[in-house]
Amino acid sequence: MSETRYDYGGDEYLLVVFSEAMDLAINFKLLSICREIERRRIPGVIEVCPANASYLVHFRPEETHPDALIRTLKDLEREIQSAETLTSRLVDIPVLFDDPWTQECAKRFADRHQDPSVSNLEYLMRVNGYSSKEEFITAYCDRPYWISMVGFVPGTAWCYRMCPPEQAIQAPKYIRPRTDTPERAVAHAGVFLCIYPVQGPGGYQLIGMSAVPVYDPEEHLPDLKGRYIMANAGDRWQFRPIDMDEYNDIRSEVEAGSYRYRIIEQDFRPDEYMRDPELYLKHLREEAAHA
Amino acid sequence: MLNILEPGLLTTVQDLGRLHWYHIGMPPSGALDDFSFRVSNLLVGNPEDAAGLEVTYSGPSFEVTSEGLIAVTGADIAFTINNQPAAQWRAHALQPGDRVSLGGVRRGARAYICLAGGITVSERLGSRSTYMLGRFGGLDGRKLEAGDCLPLGTPHTSPGAMLGRTCDPALIPVPQKEIEVRVVMGMCSHRVAPDSLKDFLAADWEVSTEADRIGYRLKGPTFEFNAGEQPFGAGADPSNVVDLGYPIGSIQIPGGLEAIVLLNDAVTGGGYTTIGTVITADLDLIAQASPGCHVRFREVTINEALQARRERETRIEQVRLALGIFDQAGMLGQ
Repeated sequence: MSETRYDYGGDEYLLVVFSEAMDLAINFKLLSICREIERRRIPGVIEVCPANASYLVHFRPEETHPDALIRTLKDLEREIQSAETLTSRLVDIPVLFDDPWTQECAKRFADRHQDPSVSNLEYLMRVNGYSSKEEFITAYCDRPYWISMVGFVPGTAWCYRMCPPEQAIQAPKYIRPRTDTPERAVAHAGVFLCIYPVQGPGGYQLIGMSAVPVYDPEEHLPDLKGRYIMANAGDRWQFRPIDMDEYNDIRSEVEAGSYRYRIIEQDFRPDEYMRDPELYLKHLREEAAHA
Repeated sequence: MLNILEPGLLTTVQDLGRLHWYHIGMPPSGALDDFSFRVSNLLVGNPEDAAGLEVTYSGPSFEVTSEGLIAVTGADIAFTINNQPAAQWRAHALQPGDRVSLGGVRRGARAYICLAGGITVSERLGSRSTYMLGRFGGLDGRKLEAGDCLPLGTPHTSPGAMLGRTCDPALIPVPQKEIEVRVVMGMCSHRVAPDSLKDFLAADWEVSTEADRIGYRLKGPTFEFNAGEQPFGAGADPSNVVDLGYPIGSIQIPGGLEAIVLLNDAVTGGGYTTIGTVITADLDLIAQASPGCHVRFREVTINEALQARRERETRIEQVRLALGIFDQAGMLGQ
């Protein structure tokens, strides 16, 4: 790991950058550090926001000089050598791929796309060397995605497919961002999948629609009461392809306020994952099946 | 109770904002011009964090149903009570049935209306501030509409005690067409060509029409980036970084084509290069800038930023002292 960079984000924030590149091992470690900073209630610290390979600290300079806080954070970094066990929830996210709503949206903004002659999903398949839709969706959903960062708007999760970097599914963003995206749209850009929590602008490739919300400002669903969002940095989401019938059934349950997310809490051991990702994911899958 | 007759262009309930939720992507929201908002509350005898209205470019009209006090601060704006012109930065008495109207902004961008007792819509996550993009807080997470009714709290002091109180004119900020804001450079600025960073600090930036509570887009010179391969996961464009957190006040340069200063309804993170952060004390200046205004950035050290922060608190303290308010928490002293 290269030298960690500590920098000021004005007079109320510090930015701590571990790496310029996305790296799951680094994300595991910084999540441990962020949870430890929260746990220690360092005077002056308002909150800590973990990101993919960095974190942001919001603090009150009246209570701590930023340089003193940097010293504290550096000590903490030295102290926490390797990420310990992380509590990580495995959440089932049912997705209707190749859905009519995101396709309609993609058509509306075709002039901003690299190749408007195909759908965004077909484009994503092509740039990653897939020709069969079924094969692509199966591969795309064959393993959980790690939530390495939460932010942008409430509930947006950066979901990173848990595979070695050379197997990552990648895609460029739109040439120019759209001014509109449907709420719950499933999309991909760079190495990340995301679900749009609210309707709004966006530049990711649109490939499907989540049947379940990831943001619930009205606290309509029991699992989101008092927490508003489903995402939690360090959770894993398992995307599950569904058909239109199941999509409609789940939507009815969501609208009735009776839908319950399938959530399994597990202890996640970053070192075991790094040693043999496939083996460890298999172990977690089996453990979850018996939960 | 306050009955909205005309909502104005964009009027929202705001207080000092919602802290502790940035990590879920929830920005603080809250009044953009912090000084004007706090003074408005002080003038009517409220704690500084009571909720009031933020008015953008053109004001609302409303009727009050109970006796009270009102103060309007911030942008220079036409302000009448029962069609009689009323002075800003001053506490005025209100009687049941009184009609308050704000017209168009003459100078600046945002005016603040605080009423004794504060607006008492329900708190959400510890604040009454409206966050429109997330449909959260304020009144149903949205801007005000005609027909809305806003509840008012019980005044903290008898209206007579504050009546006619004014802010010392020397402390009233006058919105300018050309502003200089101080910035602590850094974060991802090492990715940008040194000449472009010099240009950034030397240039005259113009506020574009895309300037709202999320952020202000500024037009000016373009940026060049240092040569080098993009890091894994960052995205192909040289202005892309592996997504990270954006401080409030941070300046990002998507595509190297423009500069965006994020404000209180900021997107909390993303994948664009950030080159510095406007110091908290100067965010009020941006809050009062409208499209067409000119902005210059001046680099300061962290200690200069902290000093500016203390100076702003001193100004608030002077307002409090002049009003006979001595408690640090902003409550009325005895």
